[in-house]
Order: sequence, then C-alpha cells, then structure tokens
Amino acid sequence: MTTETGRASAVAAAAPLERLLFGDNQFFGINHRSEEKAREQAMRFHNLGAIMTVIDDAYDSGVRTLMCTTHDRVTEIAQRVRAQPERYEGFSFFPCMPYAHKYADAVTESGILGALGRFLPDEGLLNAMMRGGRSLAKKDIEGLITLLIDAEMAGFVGVRTPVIWLQNVVVDLLLGLGFTDAFAIFAKHVRSRYSAEPGFITMNLPMLLDHLERAGIENPLVCANINKIGFRMSGGIEAYQRALAQRQFRAVAMSVFASGAIPPREALEWIFDQPGIESIVFGASNRGHIESTVALVRECEERGRSSQNDRVGSGPAT
Amino acid sequence: MIRVGVVGLGKMGLSHLSMIRAHPDVTVDAVVDSAGYILGVLSKYTGLKTFTDFEKMLESVELDAVVIATPTRFHAAMVRTALNGGLHVFCEKPLTLTAAESTELARLASARGLVTQVGYHNRFVSTFLEVKRLLDVDSIGRVTHVQAESYGPVVLKARGSTWRSKRTEGGGCLYDYAAHPIDLATWFVGDVIGVSGTVLNSIFSEDTEDEVYSTLYFADGVSGQLSVNWSDESFRKMTTRITVSGTQGKIIADRQEVQVYLRSTAPEIAGYQRGWNNRSTTELTDEVWFYLRGEEYSAQLDHFVRRAHDPTLPATNDFASAASTDRVIELLTLDAAAGPAVSFASSGSEAVTPARRRSFLGRRS
Repeated sequence: MTTETGRASAVAAAAPLERLLFGDNQFFGINHRSEEKAREQAMRFHNLGAIMTVIDDAYDSGVRTLMCTTHDRVTEIAQRVRAQPERYEGFSFFPCMPYAHKYADAVTESGILGALGRFLPDEGLLNAMMRGGRSLAKKDIEGLITLLIDAEMAGFVGVRTPVIWLQNVVVDLLLGLGFTDAFAIFAKHVRSRYSAEPGFITMNLPMLLDHLERAGIENPLVCANINKIGFRMSGGIEAYQRALAQRQFRAVAMSVFASGAIPPREALEWIFDQPGIESIVFGASNRGHIESTVALVRECEERGRSSQNDRVGSGPAT
Repeated sequence: MIRVGVVGLGKMGLSHLSMIRAHPDVTVDAVVDSAGYILGVLSKYTGLKTFTDFEKMLESVELDAVVIATPTRFHAAMVRTALNGGLHVFCEKPLTLTAAESTELARLASARGLVTQVGYHNRFVSTFLEVKRLLDVDSIGRVTHVQAESYGPVVLKARGSTWRSKRTEGGGCLYDYAAHPIDLATWFVGDVIGVSGTVLNSIFSEDTEDEVYSTLYFADGVSGQLSVNWSDESFRKMTTRITVSGTQGKIIADRQEVQVYLRSTAPEIAGYQRGWNNRSTTELTDEVWFYLRGEEYSAQLDHFVRRAHDPTLPATNDFASAASTDRVIELLTLDAAAGPAVSFASSGSEAVTPARRRSFLGRRS
C-alpha cells in the first residue's frame, strides 16, 4: 500500500487491494431498487454517529477501506478517522470523484462555466486562478481537470487515499465523447500529486478498456457492475466475461448483488467463478450484514484455495 | 450509418452527444453551440467538427438527423429549419413554448415523412413501460384517478442566472419538471381535456415558478392530481412517481420499482398475484449499448436512430404527442392566472366567483 505521505512508487501503487471494499451508497439514500428503502436509509444515517457505528463494525470485521463519494458527510468521516489514528490504524479512503449531483444542480442553476467557477478550491486561490485562468484561455483542459481534482481532495488531507477513482458518470461521459486524453490527465495528476493509483468506474467496461489502452494507461484499475444477472453491464455479460478472462486490467466488482436482486451466496459464488476479479465493493447497513458478507467471502476464498482454481485475488489477469 | 448533428451543448446536449456518438449506427458529423469555449475544447480533444452557427452548419455538412438541445425558446425556429432541410429531428422537451407551434411542426414533419421525437425519457423507463403494459391489459379494471408527482432539489435559494430560471425562455418548474409527470399521465390515461385549481407558485425564484399543483380532467370521468416541486431538498435528485387507481386495484411506480395491488376480482395477469406485487428495475430493465445516466436516455436515442433507419416503426414521443403535453402546459398557465374559481369575499363568508386575478407566478398582490 502507498504510504500516507510517500511519493509515487510504482510498486506501492500496484499493491493488491483488499478483497472487500466498503461502499457508501447506503449512507446517502442511494438504492437502485427502491425509493422507500433509500429514504429509510437516509433517515437512519442522518447522524454521523450512525454512519460511524457501521464503519466501525466494518473495520472490526476486517473491512478497512471505504470507497466513498466526496460528499460533505464523507469529509466528516475523514475528520473522525484522522482524529483517532490508533482506532483506525490501516484505514483507507478510496475517494470517488466528482460528487456529480452537486455539479449537475449547479449547472442547471448557473450554466456549465458558472458551475465550474463555484467549485474552485478555497486554498491556493491564486494558484488555482492561474491554472484555471490559463486553462480557460488556452482551451487547455489539463489545468482545469487538476484544479477540480484538488478541490475534491481537499477533505482528505491527512488520511490515506491510496486509490482515487473517477466516477462513472464522468468516465462514461468522456468515453462517449471520445475525450480519451482526459483519462491520462486524471491518471497523471493522481499519481504525481497524491501518490495514489488512479481508478476508473464505468458502466461500459469493455468499451472503456479500449480507450484506456489508447490513453496509454497500463493495467488500469477499473470498477464496474459485475453480477450474475448482467444488471447494468453495458456491452453484455459475455463481453464482460471475455474482458475478465483476456484483458489486462485490475477488476473491482460493484453491484455484485444487483441491489439485492441476487441472493448473497449465489451472487458471491458466481463472482468467485469469474477470473481476474481483484476486489469487491459492497454496502451494508448493519453489523449482521457486514459479518455475513465477510464470512461468505472468506468461505469462497477458502474453497477456491482448496480447489486450486482460485483466480480471484490471484492478482490481475494476464 | 445515420449522420447526426448535435445542436446545443448544455447539460442535456453534452450527454446526448456522448451517448449518440457511442452508438454503433451513428456518426456525429457536426456539433453546434454558441459557447466557443466548449467547442474549442471538443474540437481540440475529440476531433469533432464544430460550428457556432446552426444554419452555417446545415449548409456545410450533409446530415440525416439533428439532435436539438438548445434552450426551449430556440426550438421552434431550429426545428422548422431542420425539417425544411429534410432532416429527422430529436428535440429536447418541451418541444416549443406554444402548443400551436408544436402542432404546426408536427404537421410539417408528418407532411415531409420525417421522423420526430421529443426527450420525454420517462416513457423509456422500464418501470413506467411496465405500468403502460399493465394498463393496456386492464389489469386494474377501469381507471378512475391518476396522481402524477415530481420532486427534486433544483432551486434552493433565490439565485439563478441561466435560461432555466426564466419562464419566458422555457425555464421554470412547469416546463422543466412538471412536463414529465404530465407527459406520463397522458401516456397512461389519455389526453387531458381540462384543468382546474392550478397553482404556479414561486418559492425562491424571481422570474418563474418553483411549484406546480393542479387538478387534471381526462375523458370518461377520469381525474388526476399533479403535484410538482423543484425546490424540495428532501429529494436527492429528481424523483417522478405515478399512482394510478382503478376499480380492480392500484399501481404505484417510480424509476426504481412498480408496486401493484390487485383485488381478488382483478383479471389474471401473468407473473402477478392478488394483493401486493413488486417489480424492480433490476428485473425489468433491458440492456443498452451504452450507459451514461440511466438506460432510458440511451434507449430513447436508440429508438430515434432505429426510426431514422426505418420510419415505419411505431413512434414513441413524436411531435404530435409532445404537442399535446405542450397544450396541457398552456392550459395550466391560463388556469393559474385566473386564480381560485371560488373564494371567500374579504368581508365575510359569502362565496364569490370568480376570484381576483393573479399573476402567473401566483403571487397575490
């Protein structure tokens, strides 16, 4: 793993991820199957204390990475973790940026350029203005992208962020536009400034892999929906399975339960039958769910080891 | 291959551009926007051919179709020019600012045999498609009432500097938000024949309304309630919910799920039982070739592309259908301006008709 303050190191950045990453959708009223369930969760996690209780449960079950948005609430979680280094030893954040709704609503209100102006970082304003101003004038998007990354990262100072993700809505927007250079700009800045591994979240895995290759990003870290029923796997489940078997990338599976549409055991056994999946993101709202998911995953790992067929976790497919 | 030009690169235009450029049967041969900066970036990094002038673009590039996502006040003229140039047209909603113009454009397109579509993407949401299917087989008997709601956190303070905050340019909660539940309600239970009790109130906005409430009247005694508020922070993002009541049951649907209650006397529907049923988007949604922000956005563009290839395919959301939604928007505006139909006189409890008139923003002065 990358150290908190260390500079980029190819070896550290390529260290394998933990098998289970804890997602944060449940804390923010996001549920792909039910508005009612989403609202219930939003109410339940209104207080930071309720969120921290679940994060503590995850930590105590051995799940020590929070794959999170850059929501203001996550900044508060980061403050708690920063304040108790012993309690949260080894705890990592994998920030996913940007928090898209914040921008979308700002665009509705102020237009695209107006919205950009509202999200410039507070600190280093002069530097930001130089970078941003020059970028605007030259139509050079690099300064602008790095500026927005820095604004999103402001809440994570002093905590470990060994991986920084670009959210799917932006990845896939750029992907459709054919704006491949932006991926390379993101990757370069995340590596050089944060000593972190850049990750890309997508709903269009097979297509994205082609573009990342074109952008010169080798063995990229990619997170996508990967589940037995093919929910939100654009390009088709077979194309995903081919990519897992044949392409060189580090796969992180999300939506493995398809928001509860697939029973946990069935969902995870299927995941463990796929080659080349390094890590799984899951969400849970209570200790029981966390522990049962962890237990199921350990069971699948054990079975994989004993049958000598464990390709999950054996590192990137080659 | 369908050769497409994308006009207007705001929030909707950029996302349409991204999705349609990824479509295997489409080439995007031109993009048009008035903002030179965005064009410059796209031209530099994506190789797209860019124009700042719509008509110049039409003169210099040969196209089969255009996607128009400019502010609403520009729609009518651009759509007319495109149709006169023999192009199929996908236009963002609402189609135009007057029902008469929308109807005229529908006629023009029909006379020229061109494919048209308006971006009422909810008709491509799997759960709402399921509602339509259930209603088409009379699953809940005779429909008596529809409740159409949308809520979301767009305007949360008195601020706003774009066309979306100006009603005269097609901004505001009625055009931007309420158009969607209205369109869904008419899709499910038929054309609106009258409206009453309409309230268009400002909560924060200075130049437009932030909430829309009304009673809708449909044929055969079916009634509807419209309830829309885009200044509701309790919703994380826009949420549209439709409730349809019938003599044999009830259907409640949003983008995530369909809840269906069927009485013991309801007809047999495959896959459904008496009492409560629940179908979720994970089981109802078909895969799309490219996902950006919901399958429905991809699916509606795919529908347009397929119809451009084969105009004989049945249409969803053509101009004629969008014009009828524009007519309802017009009725709501008139009704709101008329104020309460019945009200108490200031001196006592005697009811008087009609009440004093109000501004279209519903501010009682």
